[in-house]
Amino acid sequence: MTTASPSAAALRTAATPYLFLAPALLVTLAVVLVPVAQTVWMSLHDYILYRPQNVPFIGLGNFTRLLKDEVFWISLWNSAWWIVLVVGLQFALGLGAALLLNQSFWWRGLARSLIIIPWALPSVIIGLTWTWMYDFNVGVLNDLVLRLGLVDKPVPWLAQPTTSFYAIVLALVWQGFPFFAVTILAGLQTIGQELYEAADIDGATRFQRLRLVILPSIADVIMTALLLRTIWVANSLDVILVMTGGGPGYATHTLPLYAFLKAYSGMEFGYGSALALVLTALLLVVVFAYVRRAAKDLGR
Amino acid sequence: MIDRRSHLRRIVEVEIPVLLIVLFAIGPYAWMMITSIKPSAEISQWPVRYWPDQPTLQHYRDLLARTTFSGNMRDSFIVALGASALGLAVSIPAAYAFSRFSFAGRRLLMTQFLVINMFPIVLIIIPLFVLMRRFGLLDTHLGIVLGHSTFAIPFSIWMLTSYMNAIPRELDEAARIDGASRLQALRFVIMPVVMPGVVTTGIYIFVTSWNEYLFAMMLSGQSVRTVTVALQLFIGEFTVQWGLLTAGGTLIAIPVTILFLFVQKRLVSGLTSGAVKS
Repeated sequence: MTTASPSAAALRTAATPYLFLAPALLVTLAVVLVPVAQTVWMSLHDYILYRPQNVPFIGLGNFTRLLKDEVFWISLWNSAWWIVLVVGLQFALGLGAALLLNQSFWWRGLARSLIIIPWALPSVIIGLTWTWMYDFNVGVLNDLVLRLGLVDKPVPWLAQPTTSFYAIVLALVWQGFPFFAVTILAGLQTIGQELYEAADIDGATRFQRLRLVILPSIADVIMTALLLRTIWVANSLDVILVMTGGGPGYATHTLPLYAFLKAYSGMEFGYGSALALVLTALLLVVVFAYVRRAAKDLGR
Repeated sequence: MIDRRSHLRRIVEVEIPVLLIVLFAIGPYAWMMITSIKPSAEISQWPVRYWPDQPTLQHYRDLLARTTFSGNMRDSFIVALGASALGLAVSIPAAYAFSRFSFAGRRLLMTQFLVINMFPIVLIIIPLFVLMRRFGLLDTHLGIVLGHSTFAIPFSIWMLTSYMNAIPRELDEAARIDGASRLQALRFVIMPVVMPGVVTTGIYIFVTSWNEYLFAMMLSGQSVRTVTVALQLFIGEFTVQWGLLTAGGTLIAIPVTILFLFVQKRLVSGLTSGAVKS
């Protein structure tokens, strides 16, 4: 039996971690990195799916076209407003829920479990359920607001531009607030009892306790959750796709949805790719902030 | 007296608000289930009838007998199982490398897995469709599994690395001194300890894959179609047959709700590790 030379053994030891990583790297290379490179390539071409023989290079043509595209600007502003509203409301409701669920009462365990349910559901079902509840003719929401006397005739929630956007925002807030509730609750549980007691001794009001003791202690958790959720909400398009498909008109168009519709229904892969890249570039700031926070743990 | 007052105060300040939030959380879900057991005549009744007069399972029977739904459930099951298996198989060794070795490019590679998890789906899905078509993987289980691995692999690597980091290094170092190879140390020392984390991660991938819609829609076709895609198609096909649709929704939702409730505690600790110091 021949023993390997010391340098060969050292080489093998050095190669070991890369061998362990190889399968994961290969698959991600094939299904993520190659497609992303292809998106960049397509964004520089006039690539239309049903015309595969004729794909002219047009440089930044797709991007200059986009600047003059009215729908792009509508989608961009919708996206911005959409992210602020959805993430803000999810956070507010999640924080409230977490603070309440951190109190002690006898059915707390049950409440904590039930509140998570919307998070577990697929977006198709979220879209379906809310579309059903918003139904103009026999929807339960119209029935409720009529009974409560808030309106005097049924509202076509999803069919009119003034309400459709906010109707979908509500569905998304419903879907996403449990994530905030659960993460913030996990953060609250790490606050030591002595901090509360110290605040009580100092005669802090409840609002002061929240602002000066609780919020600073969970600032890290809140920041991470906000960044993660912003990225997620900015990218998500499936609930809108199911509920309105972007309509009526362009009332519920967001940037990822517009990119997707251009590629999927319009078959304009080049233009759709350019839109997707613009979205990614805009998000990069948030992603960078999140990655820096998450990477703090890498050293350990 | 004081006791009773503080009790009352807790009900007003805590329990009633919690009750309202819980009602908001489960209301739409419950409404879907209630609709699914109403006879069609009661579904289209106005003003709305809140509780079914004559509950029925007719919609479920129709759904399973008249549509492709049971086949779609099978497809979803295969895809979700495949996504979990593929995700775990390639992520366990990768997480082990990240957790136990120091090597050039470690930080960069870990960051890369984090960043690709944040990519917009639209950035990947269009070329992935072209790619799958070229390799003949459209409308196959493998194609959708590969599509889902775009989120399953990065997610699993991060979760598993954080679980493995929580295991003391002395454990596998002792095994190494006893003559175990790296693979043996992973298999016989690390794996048994990290198993709960592996199960949590696997279940989470299963749920996410089962729930996923966009990849499944782009990559599926006539022969392989997951439940979410099928349900969305039913909306067009069986217009306003809400009984059928909500029955389908209920059948899709129940298994993942149970699985999710089962893993949520450990999931949160994995997701927020670092941010939440336990």
